[in-house]
Formats: sequence, C-alpha cells, structure tokens
Amino acid sequence: MQAVLAGFKERIRAARVAGLPLELRGGGSKRFLGRAAQGEILDTRDYSGVISYEPTELVITARAGTPLAEIQALLARKRQMLAFEPPAFGLATVGGTVAAGLSGPRRPQAGALRDHLLGVKLLDGRGDELRFGGQVMKNVAGYDVSRLMAGAMGTLGLLLEVSLKVLPMPAEQRTLRFSMSQSEALVALNRWAGQALPITASCWSGGVLHLRLEGARAAVQAARARLGGEELGEAAAISFWRDVVEQHHGFFAGVRRLWRISVPSTAAPMCADQPSLIEWGGALRWLRDPPPETDLFAEAARLGGSARLFRRTPEDEVFDPPLTPSVAQIQERLKRAFDPDGIFNRGRLCAAW
Amino acid sequence: MPSSKLASGGDGLIEALRAVLPEDSVLVETEALRPYECDGLATFRQLPRVVVLPETEEQVAAILASCHARGVPVVARGAGTSLSGGAMPHAQGVLLAMAKFRQIVRIDPLARIAVVQPGVRNKAISEAANPYGLYYAPDPSSQIACTIGGNVAENAGGVHCLKYGLTVHNVLRVRAVTITGEIVEFGSHALDTPGFDGLALLNGSEGMLAVITEVSVRLLPLPQTARCVLAAFDDVVRAGEAVAAIIAAGIIPAGLEMMDQAATRAVEAFVKAGYPLAAAAILLVESDGTAEEVEEEIGRITDLLQAQGASEIRVSRDEAERLRFWAGRKAAFPAAGRISPDYYCMDGTIPRKRLGEMLQAIAAMEQRHRLRCINVFHAGDGNLHPLILFDAASADEQERAEAFGAEILEHSVALGGTITGEHGVGVEKLGQMCVQFGEAELEMFHRVKAAFDPVGLLNPGKAVPTLQRCAEYGHLHVHHGQLPHPELERF
Repeated sequence: MQAVLAGFKERIRAARVAGLPLELRGGGSKRFLGRAAQGEILDTRDYSGVISYEPTELVITARAGTPLAEIQALLARKRQMLAFEPPAFGLATVGGTVAAGLSGPRRPQAGALRDHLLGVKLLDGRGDELRFGGQVMKNVAGYDVSRLMAGAMGTLGLLLEVSLKVLPMPAEQRTLRFSMSQSEALVALNRWAGQALPITASCWSGGVLHLRLEGARAAVQAARARLGGEELGEAAAISFWRDVVEQHHGFFAGVRRLWRISVPSTAAPMCADQPSLIEWGGALRWLRDPPPETDLFAEAARLGGSARLFRRTPEDEVFDPPLTPSVAQIQERLKRAFDPDGIFNRGRLCAAW
Repeated sequence: MPSSKLASGGDGLIEALRAVLPEDSVLVETEALRPYECDGLATFRQLPRVVVLPETEEQVAAILASCHARGVPVVARGAGTSLSGGAMPHAQGVLLAMAKFRQIVRIDPLARIAVVQPGVRNKAISEAANPYGLYYAPDPSSQIACTIGGNVAENAGGVHCLKYGLTVHNVLRVRAVTITGEIVEFGSHALDTPGFDGLALLNGSEGMLAVITEVSVRLLPLPQTARCVLAAFDDVVRAGEAVAAIIAAGIIPAGLEMMDQAATRAVEAFVKAGYPLAAAAILLVESDGTAEEVEEEIGRITDLLQAQGASEIRVSRDEAERLRFWAGRKAAFPAAGRISPDYYCMDGTIPRKRLGEMLQAIAAMEQRHRLRCINVFHAGDGNLHPLILFDAASADEQERAEAFGAEILEHSVALGGTITGEHGVGVEKLGQMCVQFGEAELEMFHRVKAAFDPVGLLNPGKAVPTLQRCAEYGHLHVHHGQLPHPELERF
C-alpha cells in the first residue's frame, strides 16, 4: 500500500507542477452526479482493504478504495450495518460513498452519512497527508474537518482512509403497506414521526405508502398492531427497500431527468400531478421528468429546502441551486485552503473551481 | 485614570458601539466587567476591554463590522458554563454576551423543529417542547444553565448522546454573523443542504468562525418510558468489559455510565443514592422507548451483566428510583467539591475496550503526582471525566494537578482517543492539541478558520495552537540540529 500511496503523492505533485487537474475516482458509480470533473483519472481502487473493525467499538476503518459491498458483507457477519444505508449504484467504493455523501431510507431516524463519519485520512492539494477525527464517538478537538468531506465530491482532498460508526442490525424488521394519496401520506408520516413508534423508513409512490418498522421484537409487534396496514413478506420487504436504495424501484425506470428535492417533511406536495416518490417521512421528494418550465430550484427554496438535478440529460447544465454570495465565498476559500491549485475534481461542484 | 478612559483606546470603538446599542448595553467599568472575566474554568481569568449586550441580529452585525474595521478581537459568550476557557475574554477585545437572545422563536410540533435564539437554555427547549410530547435530546450535565448557542459552539454531549448523538447530530440549521457583519446560514429545515457541510464546521468551532444568532434543532418524541439498571462490579476492568459486552450484543442503551469506587463514595456521602460502596465500580445502564421495548431490553441487559460477573444488579422499579440512581452520577462534580477545595475535570475519550487499562494508568498517575483522582465516565462512548482533587492555595498542588491532567489527555491520545470529547480545547488544552495533531493538520485548521475569518479576530488564541506554541510545549523533534520550519520565531 505504501507504493500506491507514494504513487498518489507523486501524481498530486506532478499535477500541481503542471497545473493540470485530476479526476479522483473510485468505482465511478456516482460519476453522473454534478458536472463532469476535468483532468486525468486518479483511480483509488488499488488503495483498498479494511484496516480495523471492532464490533464492540462500533467502528470500521477502511482504505478509500475498498468496495462498499465488501464492508457491508463484513459487518453483516457480525449483525452490524452502516445505518445510513448508502446507495452503491454499482460497484461503489467506501471513499466514493463518503465523497458523494448520499444516505438511504433510514436517514431521518439514524442520521446521514456525515453523522456516521468519525474520522478521515486524506491527501490535500499539496500532497500532505492529514488525519482528522478518529475512531471514537465523541471528539471535539479541532474543527470537524472529517464531516466536511462528506458530500464534498472529492473537491477538497483525496480520501485515503475513512472511519465509520456502525450500528447493530435491528432484532426485528417488518414492512407495512397502505393505500393513500400523497397528501394523506405526508400528514400521516409527520403525525407518526412525532410519536414513539419504531419507524425506520418510509416510501410513498403511486398511491401506496410503505412503512418499515424496526427494533426490539415487542416494540415492532406492538406498533404493527397499532398501525394496521397490510404486511409484506420478509423477502419481498428486503427486496423492496433494496430497490428503493439502489433506484431499481419501478418509479426510476426510464427516467430522463430525476430531481432530488430536500424539503421540510411538512412541505406541501410539489408538482402533485407529476410522478413522484417520497422518502424520509416526507423530507425527500424525487420528481421524474417534471415539465421543463417548472423552476424547481425556486420552488424548493420557497418551501425551505433545495433541489438538485440528480440524473440529467447531456444538455442540462445547472445541477445545484446557487448559494448566497457570503456562503459561496466561504466555500471557495475552503476549497483553496485544501486545494490551492484547484487540481481535485475541477468543475465538479462549481464551474469556477 | 478611570477604566472607561482605558477602554476607549482612541480608536472610536466605544463610541461606535454606543451608536448601535443602548447605553446600559455597553459595559466598560471594571466592576461591570468582572462577572465576565472567566467561564466555568476559573483558572483562566481575563478582563475584557468592553462587554456588549446586543439583543438583535442587526446589532450583532454592526458590532462585528465595527470591530472588523478597527481590528479588534471579539469573544462571544453564552452562559459561560464552558469548562475549557473557550469564552475567556481577550484583554484588548470585545466580549459579546448573547444573554439577551433568549426567545424561543417558534416550535413546529408537526415538523418537530424548534427555532431558538442562542441564549435559550438547553433545558428550556425541552420544557417548551414538552406539551407537544417532544424534547431536545442532547443533555449536557449543565443543561439547566448552559445555552444552545454555547452547546453548538462546543458541540456539547451528555448522557443521552450514545443513543441520540451530540449537538452536531441534532442541529438542523444555524444562522450566524461573520466577522465582517454578513449574515450567513448553514443547514436548513430540510435534511440535506447543497454545498460543503458548513454546519459540521460550525458545531464545535468554539466561536472562532462566526457568531451564532439563531439555531434550529430537531425535536424527538418523548420516550414512553425509561428504566435504569445499576450494576456493581468488584473489579474495574470487568466493569469495562461489561460495557463492551452490552454494545457487542447489539444494544445501544439510552445512557451507559460508570463510576469508580472513589466517585461512588464521594457522591453517596452527598446524595444518599444508596450506591453499593464496596463495589470497585458501578455501571448505570438506561433503556428508553416504548414499554415493550424497554422491558425486553432491560431483560437482555440484566442477563448480560449477570454473565459478566456483576456482584449486584438493581433495576429501577419506578421513576423515583430511576432518578435516585442518576442523582449520584449527576452530582459527581458538586460531590467532588465537598471533599476537596478544588478539582480539575478532564475530558479525554478513548476506545471503550481500553477503559480498564486507562483506569489502571490513572491509578499509577495518582501515585506519581501525589494527588487523588475520582473517575466518572460516559462509558458507553469512552468519554472520561477524571476529577483530579487538589488545593489551589498550594501552587505546587495546582502545578501537579495540571501536569496530572495533561498526562491523562496525552495518554488518551496514545490509547487511540482524543483530548476532548465534549468540553472543547479552549485555552486549557492548547498544549495537548500539539500532541494529538501534527503541523500539517494544525496549519489546515488555521486555513479553515481563515476561510471564515481571514483576519483572525473571532476568539483569537483559542482551540488551535500556533506552531510556535507547539514548539514551546516541548514536542518539537529536532533531528541532527535541523529545525523544522526554521523561519518561525521560537521561544
């Protein structure tokens, strides 16, 4: 691994000298997000392997190029999991997973990927090896640079190692199905979320709400009796939630433009007559091929959230909403702090850098 | 010369502050400044040049812009309960007291969000949310007094954070003012926000990036019930192993705390909680949730504790008993105050599996530094709070206590942990930052600060040491006379 690491440093040094950018790439499974990065590909997959896994510490540390599937399989053997349920969208690596910062259905209850990221080791744009955070749950020494890497899309540094908090798999899991309209589902989801119920995932689409209950056996059974609905078989339930995470659910088939809209869970339905899929108790709304004249950036902002063009056509150029000038300035300075010559994933998050 | 004349400094600052604030909100007389000279860590004291008490965001922006224009440092402060000197004033600076920002702006029970000003006390949020069956989960021990703005600045923890996370996991949005007086927002009432995660940086930034003017937190449904198990162990290492066993069994308790015998004896004399005094250590394990969930979890926990060799196990039978179990743990600090003129509370975090090893190391340090130490832990997340007992009237004892504390923190790093789990670095642990981080990381921290505060006027000198200071701390490695960074002025 030392040789691979030395190779990375050499590539960064050469890129700095030449002023030529590098596209940091793991499995390439989420390359469709954002703009295409400029530059030569620096493939992280050779820097791979689990460094430590302590089930009693609830922490796994792995090199960035380690396949996500390998980590999930290792955890499953000890009945543990990455509770934020990241999508793989193919052959994702754990480094790419952190860089993309995406979280799956359990996010409202268990927290996002960033909430489970305890520490990172990275190479900055100078080729310096830096370590932030660590392997313990509570750590407030210095700024929380680790979490800053979640969702930064590799624009701040080349992730080398990541330490993630893991959680026990729940003892019991049941999935219920209800027929209801989008408005009814939003009201019900918000009402249930304010009660002590073991709900850990929700998905509404096409007039059907799926609800996942997880936790202690007795609690799940009591909630199941209280909520009613129709119960899915175990295999069907597992396959349903996997399809939601990996976007194999029928809603995503043949999509041209897929909008991912993050709004307060109580926000009114958006483009109610268009096909949509709602997760996160109402806080995440996927819209498929809405009319092109709809300004979803403005609409999401009006509702207190934001929109992102998640899957796009080649002619789409704008993917994320603009930031306020003050915040944009701080972000640009952060980029320069980590990558003064702008060699990492140039243009991926922001056209200017 | 009257102190007000000294404060004026000839740069027009006081006049500028008086132009935006009522007269009684600008304090310059020494007697008026005195209450602000330190936070909860009274070892470090400093009178500020001036104290201001704004009550609107516009006033905060105007104050910061005035300071920025004159190059004057600003230290923001909430209730001042910080235990690391993070809110210690700057001699030439403005102390920005946020005590008047105490409005609960709104509670949205359906969306389960509370929007509050930074001076609102932690406990007051849960009290306001209670009628809706909701509460705010992070519960630092000082929650009756500490404010949410300070909680964000320090990324405060508490007993519940094993299961419900730290402040950073429970804050949705922060509105703040930069040193140039610009209003910025990080996060949102939605769960995802575009761009870099500035909210993560702001949490735990010890007031060095921006001044917080509004915080939105997520509220959780009140658990239907909670019960607590008290388990006694004859051996501290076995108690530590029991902690690991609970986690390994897939149980994440709502609280998992440990006290050693010295701590148990100190608090028992104070609160009469009925703790087993013969035990080398006791564990408090709490389960919360629905009645069914709690019953099932308590059963599993007691079985595990039995199997791990607990010499005695008690399960709280009612709410009064549960609160009695906790009363001792929560009173550990005042109890230490009763048995020693002074105590020094440390805040290292280590991997759980090394708890026993750490306790043995602390016992050896007690001998070496000739001081007693009582130990209370957030055992579930490896966060230690050793209380070193000393008498500040003796300069020698104080020095030994500080050396003892430094050794505990440095040992935490050696065991794979960190020098602070929830109290922050402040001015107290600047030396140990040089042990935990190398030059490259410390330089990056300075760059991160500069992205928000290029001139370095917000709470200067806290949390992140200069490289020069690290060199003075004595951990600079000089090899064959070749000094790293020879351009730096040293000593």
